[in-house]
Amino acid sequence: MTSAVSFRGVSRHFGSVRAVDALDLDIAEGEFFAMLGPSGSGKTTCLRLIAGFETPTAGRIELFGEDVSGLPPYRRAVNTVFQDYALFPHLNVLDNVAYGLMIAGVPKAERRRRAEEALGMMALPGYGGRRPSELSGGQRQRVALARALVNRPRVLLLDEPLGALDLKLREQMQDELKTLQRKVGITFVFVTHDQGEALSMADRVAVFNDGRIQQVGTPEEVYARPRTRFVADFVGGSNVLSPGVAALFGGRPAWASLRPEALRLGPPEGARITGVVTAARYLGAATRLVVDLGAGASPEGRNDVAVLVPGGHPVPAPGTRVGLAWDAGALHPMAAE
Amino acid sequence: MTALADGAPVRRAGAGRRLSDLLWRRPGVLLALLLGPPLMWLGVVYLGSLFALLLQSFFSIDEFSGVIDRTPTLKTYGELLRPANLDIILRTVVMAALVTAASVVVAFPIAYYAARYAKGRGKALFYLGIMLPLWSSYLVKVYAWKLILAKEGIVGWGFESLGLGGVLNAFLAVPGIGGNSLSVSPTGTFLVFVYVWLPFMILPIQAALERVPGSLIEASGDLGATPGQTFRHVIWPLALPGVVAGSIFTFSLTLGDYIIPQIIGTSARFIGLAVYQYQGTAGNVPLAAAFAVVPIVIMGVYLAVARRMGAFDAL
Repeated sequence: MTSAVSFRGVSRHFGSVRAVDALDLDIAEGEFFAMLGPSGSGKTTCLRLIAGFETPTAGRIELFGEDVSGLPPYRRAVNTVFQDYALFPHLNVLDNVAYGLMIAGVPKAERRRRAEEALGMMALPGYGGRRPSELSGGQRQRVALARALVNRPRVLLLDEPLGALDLKLREQMQDELKTLQRKVGITFVFVTHDQGEALSMADRVAVFNDGRIQQVGTPEEVYARPRTRFVADFVGGSNVLSPGVAALFGGRPAWASLRPEALRLGPPEGARITGVVTAARYLGAATRLVVDLGAGASPEGRNDVAVLVPGGHPVPAPGTRVGLAWDAGALHPMAAE
Repeated sequence: MTALADGAPVRRAGAGRRLSDLLWRRPGVLLALLLGPPLMWLGVVYLGSLFALLLQSFFSIDEFSGVIDRTPTLKTYGELLRPANLDIILRTVVMAALVTAASVVVAFPIAYYAARYAKGRGKALFYLGIMLPLWSSYLVKVYAWKLILAKEGIVGWGFESLGLGGVLNAFLAVPGIGGNSLSVSPTGTFLVFVYVWLPFMILPIQAALERVPGSLIEASGDLGATPGQTFRHVIWPLALPGVVAGSIFTFSLTLGDYIIPQIIGTSARFIGLAVYQYQGTAGNVPLAAAFAVVPIVIMGVYLAVARRMGAFDAL
């Protein structure tokens, strides 16, 4: 089966800056794919390379097996939802949504009908006559989605589409985007720096750093078995154990990750590892504790670990000495990058 | 408990602070202080004198004694409709329209480059390049152009050197736009007008384009539009308020100018020159005032049409 999007040794250099460096990646058809990374990691450049706003310095980009490296954006069957939505301020909502159809020469009545339909799908029926400036952030985002989807693209690109929304709306849109993607069956490629967003929405996640992909995998894989230290740090949640601490936990003396929920609290007496609770953060369904393992536990990194205490269990107060227990196999060694 | 904050909860105030307090509590006073003087200037000195001028246009002049008759009449406006005067109006309006159109064509690429590509020092140099001609005297520039366009000037020399002297002569032989040399032809007047008013077209267009985010242009391409279609459907409509603002400058400045047509071109009269001559040498202030009303009316009509055509929708 051909991939929807393929990167074959793609590089994009801006002068001496290697925004994207010798990248290979395949995104399957119908997949909800997230590109996750800090700013400047190359994820947005990758999206712009797919859209055609950038041309690769080296390598090839293929859409459904066809080389599109030299094609301008208007020749590619992909559409983009921009970070700032990029709605045309001089057109009303309906004309914004119908823009692609107008360019494609679809007759006026037909494009009106399809634009209305797309607005209906985005729960914005009857908003066609308004100006983009009269809409809220969430509404603008839906218009931008409608404007992209009405063209029935083979791939939909989303550049930090939820970045400008407030928290509640962002969570709501996460669910809606996921549902929408299942419904339309189009390949979604989604750029974000928010690991929660990437993990909760995507079928697969690529974690970017310095123009390279550190790991590609399902959210579970990336979260539970980070391949490198960078992934573990950036995706967060997991404890990153330095070689010394990993050895203390019975692993090889190499960098390792350990999920906070894999750790259990017990009495300090007889425990292999003990520590002092230094901070507690109530998360609703659980409480996240920071346990200090004591100076000398690790010469080269943090010497505390996070422990997740599920709701209903007693939570020791800061200052309490506790013992730690964990399942064998909870420790995952990883590369030191 | 150790306190990081210390001292009195209210800072002591001197006279200056108390004045600031007053202005802070009553923003209306501040606004009145700031806007009062300029509004007086605009309202009384400027609009007042304009109104006085308009009033004069409803007076008439006794043709024999040259005395102004102050009974309100439309007779002076009737005089505007005489063929010789209509000719002046028509010539001026056509010239202003052509100058405006040519300014848009020349200014747009420059403004587009400046707004979308020029950065840092390049942008500073661009502003300097646009503004520099405005620093030197208008008369110096116009006389310089007279030399450039003269028969022995650099333009004529350039055409001769390229063996294209015949082309220039053939062009100058065309009635209506030609003449003995470029400096005494309507074409010369047109060229100098375009040169002199160009900065007033570039700057507003550039300001309008500056406000167009690059993502809109990318979005248009993303939705399938070729660069030409993007220009037509996105860039041009969004630049239009700037184009209209610039054209108000070029159009009205051409309508009112009385120096360039005197120095460069045929001796055919333009509105500005007519106003100058009627109120000066001829002493016919009512007719001069009536002539002065013409550009105001034309600009009013122009703006109304532009508005109706949606030129300000993107504002």
